Amino acid sequence: MNLDRETLWLFGGMIAILTVASIIGAILRRRVTSESGKKVVDNLVARTRAWWLMCAVFGTALAIGRLAPVVMFAFTSFLALREFITLTPTRPGDHRALFWAFFIILPLHYWFLADQWLGMFLIFIPVYAFLFIPIRAAMAGETERFLERTAKIQWGLMVCVYFTSYAPALLMLRIPGYSVETPAQNAKLLFFLVFVTQISDVMQYVWGKLCGKRPVAPKVSPSKTVEGLVGGGLSATLLGACLWWSTPFTFLQAAGLSAVIVAMGFCGGLVMSAIKRDRGVKDYGESIPGHGGVMDRIDSLCFAAPVFFHLVRKFFC
Amino acid sequence: MIASAVAFFARLFTGARAHWRGCAPCSRQRIYFANHTSNLDFVLLWSSFPPEMRRQTRPIAAHDYWTGSSARRWIAAKVFRAVLIERKKVTRENNPIGSMLAALSEGSSLILFPEGTRCPDGVMTDFKPGLYHLAKERPDVELVPVFIDNLNRVLPKGEILPVPLLCSVTFGEPIALLPDESKVDFVARARASVLQLRPA
Repeated sequence: MNLDRETLWLFGGMIAILTVASIIGAILRRRVTSESGKKVVDNLVARTRAWWLMCAVFGTALAIGRLAPVVMFAFTSFLALREFITLTPTRPGDHRALFWAFFIILPLHYWFLADQWLGMFLIFIPVYAFLFIPIRAAMAGETERFLERTAKIQWGLMVCVYFTSYAPALLMLRIPGYSVETPAQNAKLLFFLVFVTQISDVMQYVWGKLCGKRPVAPKVSPSKTVEGLVGGGLSATLLGACLWWSTPFTFLQAAGLSAVIVAMGFCGGLVMSAIKRDRGVKDYGESIPGHGGVMDRIDSLCFAAPVFFHLVRKFFC
Repeated sequence: MIASAVAFFARLFTGARAHWRGCAPCSRQRIYFANHTSNLDFVLLWSSFPPEMRRQTRPIAAHDYWTGSSARRWIAAKVFRAVLIERKKVTRENNPIGSMLAALSEGSSLILFPEGTRCPDGVMTDFKPGLYHLAKERPDVELVPVFIDNLNRVLPKGEILPVPLLCSVTFGEPIALLPDESKVDFVARARASVLQLRPA
């Protein structure tokens, strides 16, 4: 097991937040009577339920130890890539390349991570997958929109697999005072990243619903508002900073890093929304009730994770 | 046992969602007719039924393909209890309609792909008239149109290894043969009822 006193505090805090959210949902369900309001509350309740499940899975993986989160994120990447490729118009000539992407490249990439072969982990998809995918597609002999198809598959691998995997890669960092032998320390770093990205999404949603008026990017994502971004971003930064005691950071450092995570997370949501709008869909899937698909849930995480990882690696290792 | 394992795996792999838009899953005797784009079509369609419906539903499959190897023969006979029909050398004795009517009179529901063969790009070709003959002989059996989306990308014609992509199976409102409706009209209407279920 992988639990120390601080981790238990973090888990307790999560349970407290979820309990409060569930109670608010139950109260709203009694009070709200209008048709449109009911829809929002139903969605809120569905979201909260899904949060309980996601927190349980994530918490269990963290508690088990170093390998469990790697496996969990590998599976998450698989689901996200499946959603991404489903939306991407590939051609029969891409079939073999896609098979490699799902069943060879993705597992190998996470295996390098589990094996702590950091050098290979960092270049495998940007270099070797980048070279391999067009080679396999060219061998299949279909040339129609070749560059476009290849670029889309590579992009899917980068976002769904490579960037997402930076989150569990935090477990492999060797920070002074931390060690791989006491993985609970690194697990708290991963918790910090996931917590700030997700609470930022939640806070932006709450602030947007309460006082959102001016849309930030009406064409790309009509639900994102200036009020939601500012209010949600600031409260998520503050909440992140308040977790400094569980990280190698001071309060101010934790606030700064939270702000970076929030900003990158917002941009991630924006970019992944642009793709959805282009493909004419609202969500990437319907696997998580209330939230949409897996990709809808991790869009902010996969943009924030690599930046956070490299900042920590540069300044705290 | 094996059948439920196959069904479970097929649904897990394709994240398949069954949308019962025009009718509900029930034990009534039915003919489900669908677009045909992949060898996995009937597996996925059949997997989206509740277990008791699976037991009473038999797919119609091509004799030439499904007796091609002993493994295929075993799967067709034991796992899916397929009704194998002749596509190439049709005679009076092995008339496909006869085998389908026989299966119907045993009380089974059927899964039928009226295009007869897989179309490579997921574009639907014309329906063969078998459905019309079945509708005429057995007006008591409901005809349910089904659209299977995206499966041609999971396992395109000529490929062996499937790629995991999200699929959906949409069930439409049952259709019936109208009094004095011609064969051509009915077959065209049946095809349109499947196409209409295609997700936007």
